[in-house]
Amino acid sequence: MRLLTGNDLKSGAVTWWTGSDWSIHIEDAVDVTGSEDEIARREEAARRVNVPYAIDAELHEGSPRPSHIKERVRALGPTVRPDLTLKPADPEIGNWVI
Amino acid sequence: MYAYDQYDQAMVDARVEEFRDQARRRLEGKLTEDQFKPLRLMNGLYLQLHAYMLRVAIPYGTLNSLQMRALADIAEKYDRGYGHFTTRQNIQYNWIKLEDAADILADLAKVEMHAIQTSGNCIRNISSDHFAGATADEVVDPRPYAELLRQWSSFHPEFSYLPRKFKIAVIASEKDRAAMRLHDIGINIVQNDTGELGAAFYVGGGMGRTPMIAPCINAFVPLDHFVTYAEACLRVYNRYGRRDNKYKARIKILVHELGAEEYTRQVEEEFAQLLDQGIEPPLAELERIRTFFEDPPFDGDADAEIDRSDPDFAVWVDRNTVPHKQPGYVSAVISLKPVGGIPGDATAEQMRLMADLAKDYSFDECRVMHTQNIVLPHVRKADLHALWTALEDAGLGSPNLDTVEDIIACPGLDYCSLANARSIPVAQKISERFAANGKTGTLGELKLKISGCINACGHHHAGHIGILGVDRKGVENYQLLLGGSEAEDVSLAKITGPGFDENGIVDAVETVTSVYERERQDGERFVDTYRRIGMNPFKEALYG
Repeated sequence: MRLLTGNDLKSGAVTWWTGSDWSIHIEDAVDVTGSEDEIARREEAARRVNVPYAIDAELHEGSPRPSHIKERVRALGPTVRPDLTLKPADPEIGNWVI
Repeated sequence: MYAYDQYDQAMVDARVEEFRDQARRRLEGKLTEDQFKPLRLMNGLYLQLHAYMLRVAIPYGTLNSLQMRALADIAEKYDRGYGHFTTRQNIQYNWIKLEDAADILADLAKVEMHAIQTSGNCIRNISSDHFAGATADEVVDPRPYAELLRQWSSFHPEFSYLPRKFKIAVIASEKDRAAMRLHDIGINIVQNDTGELGAAFYVGGGMGRTPMIAPCINAFVPLDHFVTYAEACLRVYNRYGRRDNKYKARIKILVHELGAEEYTRQVEEEFAQLLDQGIEPPLAELERIRTFFEDPPFDGDADAEIDRSDPDFAVWVDRNTVPHKQPGYVSAVISLKPVGGIPGDATAEQMRLMADLAKDYSFDECRVMHTQNIVLPHVRKADLHALWTALEDAGLGSPNLDTVEDIIACPGLDYCSLANARSIPVAQKISERFAANGKTGTLGELKLKISGCINACGHHHAGHIGILGVDRKGVENYQLLLGGSEAEDVSLAKITGPGFDENGIVDAVETVTSVYERERQDGERFVDTYRRIGMNPFKEALYG
């Protein structure tokens, strides 16, 4: 599957295309295979996202999991600061990322 | 330390307002990201892995307590309560919002700081010896010269769009504590046989994907012409540096391809022409700057003895203090490398404490080291125990300067969009391993440096032990390098062989230190033993 991601213009936060909007939670992301360029162009023009691009991902226990480690780290936050990730205090977070 | 004059302040204030307008236009959609990107980068604002990242310049690493406190306030008010001190003696914030960026720059300007030229293809923050003005081994305090270069290079119209970024270091002693020969220009202020001071110019060094040690192109440039000589070096580079290929655009490639001799010939030719134009700043300006760097009012009766009855304190004194030119004083290093911690990170509370300690014990001054620690340059020996007690209470008392725990690590894949592998977890595991096996002290001086990609922000080429993280088909892999140094015995490390996974690299580091323990002779550091016995014994231990 392909996911569309970018950063929020104001906050810089990592965001994911949900099919109708942008979410900071990767589990909200939807497959955009075939339509990534069109959505990216439209959303960037409307300033709802900054520098959008598509990535490869797989379904993992019902949620999308980026294929590459860089996007997995990007999705959740620095592995060395679990207090700053989107799933604080989750002991399994390192396994998910790596 | 240097204080802004009206021109400095006016320039910085004007830049804040200019950027405020640029950011507003971006947020309103009047600028595209392609248009805005070079503008934000000129103000140190990157878009990194998780958010915007702001890099703040700390000229030659020097801060007063007011500035350190302002950095703490920014961490708390605009970021997530911490900052990361870098290998360029700067600080970075990882969670900045674009809508706050101009306000942060305004807060910085209030304490004579900025983020100008911390990115982009321009002359970056001038770095220097973190013990400048305190050490007995310098021929002169290099900071006034670094400051003069800072002023010369700030908004230099000819050098704002160089082929690539440009880094300059200035030192003034045989001991190199600034990785001088691994800079685009390294300047070592030296004294000749007649006692006259001059600048030795080393040009074309650097790390990154093509590491090179800068050759000396002129061993003695009179100091009343050293800015002109730097201008000539830059002019030749600006004219002939490769703009067609980002990976060949640094000056080291130009010097290498032309040959040091031909590059020098062209610089000398340019220098001769520039001399006629009289572009050197007037001596009066250097003298004005020099007045800001006079010695603080040292206590001439300061006690030369240290009460070492507390064994933990004695260990810290032995490892984290260095001799000072003034009897009764030392320079004290605050380690930002707690065992299992993130190298170079400090919380807002820790920054405030360091500010207080600088004010109370070090004439209101502290320095950022390129090794990501903080120096209090002028501490009375009599105050050391009180200082250490305060540091211990705040988790800043690790006695590990220049040991295997004192690891340089770039932010790596945890924060950096360029990185291929994580650096910080490797650093954490190594420091934990050596703290647990009790070898940190017995291994002596061992400089370990980790980069998460070939760009080498973690200086892995220059580590006695270096680690380079690479991406092997989407999996982190770590190459081990041995034998580098960024000090006066400068050398580039060599790769041992096939890489290791995250846990394997920690074992590999322990393995090579075991070879060192077995083979070392009296007084040898790790790198000395490596240079004597060569790579093979280490390879045999690693790969069989």
